Amino acid sequence: MTNAVMNTDIESILTAHANKDLLRLITCGSVDDGKSTLIGRLLFDSKQIFEDQLASVQRDSKKWGTTGDQADLALLVDGLQSEREQGITIDVAYRFFSTPTRKYIIADTPGHEQYTRNMATGASTADLAIILIDARKGVQAQTQRHSFIASLLGIRQVVVAVNKMDLVKYDQTVFLDIEAAYQEFAKGLGFQSISVLPVSALEGDGILHASSHMPWFTGPTLMDALEGATPGSMGHPVQAGENDHGFRLPIQYVNRLSSDFRGFSGTVASGTLSVGDQIQILPSMRESEVTGLITQSGEADTAVTGEAVTVTLATEIDISRGDVMVRTGQGQSPHTLDAFEADVVWMSDQRLITGRQYDIKLASQTVGASVESLAFQYDINTLDTQPSETLALNDIGRARWRLARPIVFERYEAVPALGSFVIIDRVSNLTVGAGMISAPITGILGDQATNVVWHEHRISKVKRAEQKSQRPAILWFTGLSGAGKSSVANALELALYQRGHHSYLLDGDNVRHGLNRDLGFSDEDRVENIRRIGEVAKLMADSGLVVLSAFISPFRTDRDMVRALMDEGEFIEIYVKASLETCESRDPKGLYKKARSGEIKHFTGIDSPYEPPSAPELVLDTEKLSIEACVDELIRFLKGADILR
Amino acid sequence: MNSHLAMLEAEAIHIIREVAAEFERPVMLYSIGKDSGVMLHLAKKAFYPAPPPFPLMHIDTTWKFRDMYTFRDRMAREAGMELIVHTNQEGLDQGINMFTHGSRVHTDVMKTQALKQALTHYGFDAAFGGARRDEERSRAKERVFSFRDKQHQWDPKNQRPELWDLYNGRVHKGESIRVFPISNWTELDIWQYTYAEDIPMVPLYFAAERPVVEYDGQLIVVDDDRMPLEPGQVPEMRSVRFRTLGCYPLTGAMESTATTLLEVIEETIQATQSERQGRAIDKDAGASMEEKKRQGYF
Repeated sequence: MTNAVMNTDIESILTAHANKDLLRLITCGSVDDGKSTLIGRLLFDSKQIFEDQLASVQRDSKKWGTTGDQADLALLVDGLQSEREQGITIDVAYRFFSTPTRKYIIADTPGHEQYTRNMATGASTADLAIILIDARKGVQAQTQRHSFIASLLGIRQVVVAVNKMDLVKYDQTVFLDIEAAYQEFAKGLGFQSISVLPVSALEGDGILHASSHMPWFTGPTLMDALEGATPGSMGHPVQAGENDHGFRLPIQYVNRLSSDFRGFSGTVASGTLSVGDQIQILPSMRESEVTGLITQSGEADTAVTGEAVTVTLATEIDISRGDVMVRTGQGQSPHTLDAFEADVVWMSDQRLITGRQYDIKLASQTVGASVESLAFQYDINTLDTQPSETLALNDIGRARWRLARPIVFERYEAVPALGSFVIIDRVSNLTVGAGMISAPITGILGDQATNVVWHEHRISKVKRAEQKSQRPAILWFTGLSGAGKSSVANALELALYQRGHHSYLLDGDNVRHGLNRDLGFSDEDRVENIRRIGEVAKLMADSGLVVLSAFISPFRTDRDMVRALMDEGEFIEIYVKASLETCESRDPKGLYKKARSGEIKHFTGIDSPYEPPSAPELVLDTEKLSIEACVDELIRFLKGADILR
Repeated sequence: MNSHLAMLEAEAIHIIREVAAEFERPVMLYSIGKDSGVMLHLAKKAFYPAPPPFPLMHIDTTWKFRDMYTFRDRMAREAGMELIVHTNQEGLDQGINMFTHGSRVHTDVMKTQALKQALTHYGFDAAFGGARRDEERSRAKERVFSFRDKQHQWDPKNQRPELWDLYNGRVHKGESIRVFPISNWTELDIWQYTYAEDIPMVPLYFAAERPVVEYDGQLIVVDDDRMPLEPGQVPEMRSVRFRTLGCYPLTGAMESTATTLLEVIEETIQATQSERQGRAIDKDAGASMEEKKRQGYF
């Protein structure tokens, strides 16, 4: 400690330091992109690494490192023993560094596919995302995935670091191609600012200092880009243009000191409040006037977004945790409803089950809730949407939620603190997902403004089937007359019944005599016969049943027509196989004899063709298997296909 | 609300209130150090003008500096909070100490086991701790609400996702949550805040002439006659202070002439040695902190 140092004006240094602002960012990329090295470089070059930590990294580098004699900066960041052993980052880590004007918090999240949930976690509190691209590989599926998740979580500022420029000889054309490809891809993602920068984290090019290897690049360094970014309120992404939202204070805690002091505490979600303002409490709609404000810096006249406050009121009204305080007559109120539509990131090994009761926590409100149906699931690599009935770990989709009672909320885009929620499993207590509200639902058919059309009944097919521990499906038995379709289907239905499943068997006995009694055996009538059976089977499947259908159904196109009526995985074609000779010798109803004698025309196998399935889900060879063995095989198959649970 | 300290403060107060609102029986672990001091100050702010609605608890290894005990009692009294002091009596009876048994056994018995005993005994379902993510690598991955099973153990691979400022405090009976409201603070933030808010600190943080001996390569202040000295070893008076406070025989002092808070902060800004180097406990093995935390250490 020298005198020169002691003589500096510590107070002014401190004041400057205390007035730093705060930028929270997330780094996305996989271990191969050099993400940990990049963060290590930021910390190292901004002198955030103390010497003894560096010494321990150098020790560890010899043991686990991948950089030869150089200290492996990635080891500063990969904190858990198992991570160092595997050489991958497996969880969200938070890192800190600061510059003369700004403190930074980095959420460092792993890039590989199975860790979408970690990235969503890190992104939920970030103002900015650094997306790493390996210069040798360019824009990859994972680049798109990272950008999409950042966008979905509301991040509007992106810095794309094209890393490992040293390995492409600092070639400008490589960089320009990647930049163009990224800009093109990112068009639809709603980012307000995108900086694409060439860097080498390993060598330190373009991180803190402009690179002498890339004189052709005149843009900012990575650090310049970070210093120029706009910080948001802690824990919520920047929403330019949304700052004029009204005052919203979710009541977190009621402070009852004595009979003469009752304060209402919480963190201001948006807007400002001053002493003397008229306020309203939602959902009760009771009104009062603000008589006092205690902020972090003591008693104050005004409180602003992000501040932790305690409010006192002129009149004694009933207010409890979960209520939301707004200013009277200040524009539009938040929604108070029992349904909304939200983008959901699923974070549990146990998939989302529509109709199941979860708890959701939104600001300080906790309420029972279930997903009525899913509008779609995102393909996070292509950003396309596709229909879906469920979400598995790391899936993202849009769901329609129904709550046990109305709560107060906003769209995520408008007020993030009142539009975001976590989903908690009631039994395990685990956080199984997170959601961002995209629209309120005011009527049974949903909000028309969202352009999402909800055709499903309020009780969906899946919900009905969930109740019965089964997934609705049509088991379509096809095969020659006498192959054993009805026998096997009947035996299976009995087995299903004994296991408590709900099924229904359609066969010649109950269809030909009623619904289809006007139909004969011409080719046209055979087609119409199958069409009607298919439609009936679909209705029954919609009601949640496992439908068994046992008809010869000789034509491939007819069976495919029924298949097309159903969703993927719901039409199970089962080829009950036996040779014509065997069937003719069994001839249980004497039909072959009549056909041979010409008494019956257009008999399948005799004077009308049978087209065996080209790719049936299951083949049951009744020349080799007993009926019991066929049923065993079927049950095994249905369980494997998750139709029976 | 632009300054980073104001944002960190708001975040911490939010977390502390959330615990008070959602848990049946929270407690605030108080270790007497500067991080504890900041945490206690934040708790007082969160509930002002009422006192914080939970007790303070100190896990006493009986090896703290005497100044620390005096300071502890004063702080609890001034905050208007109940103070629970718990010592592992079994360990004390067995005469467990760091000289005979090493820092690993001492820490396990007198801190980790003692803490578990106390949490179970009082049935606390949430315990605030003053740990920060910048202290050590495995801490960087810890949640703000960190779930512990019935054995008070931490499973780093099975942590609950934590998004926005939405904390999941659901536990079954016997399970608990460790809560770290100052997770996102750095050491410098702690000092700045202490200065800005004028938070009282144990005198040991300031330089003074103290009797020291060299032990295990560290400067150890001899606080009482339990410190075993080598034959002929005589404590010498040197101007030293502490960057971090633990059990006195485990906490190395640094030579310093910083007698005011400003001077201490100045030294910190210039620091080239990270804070935990003063603690013998972290050097045991590569991932020793992770291992201790899994077993229930704070």
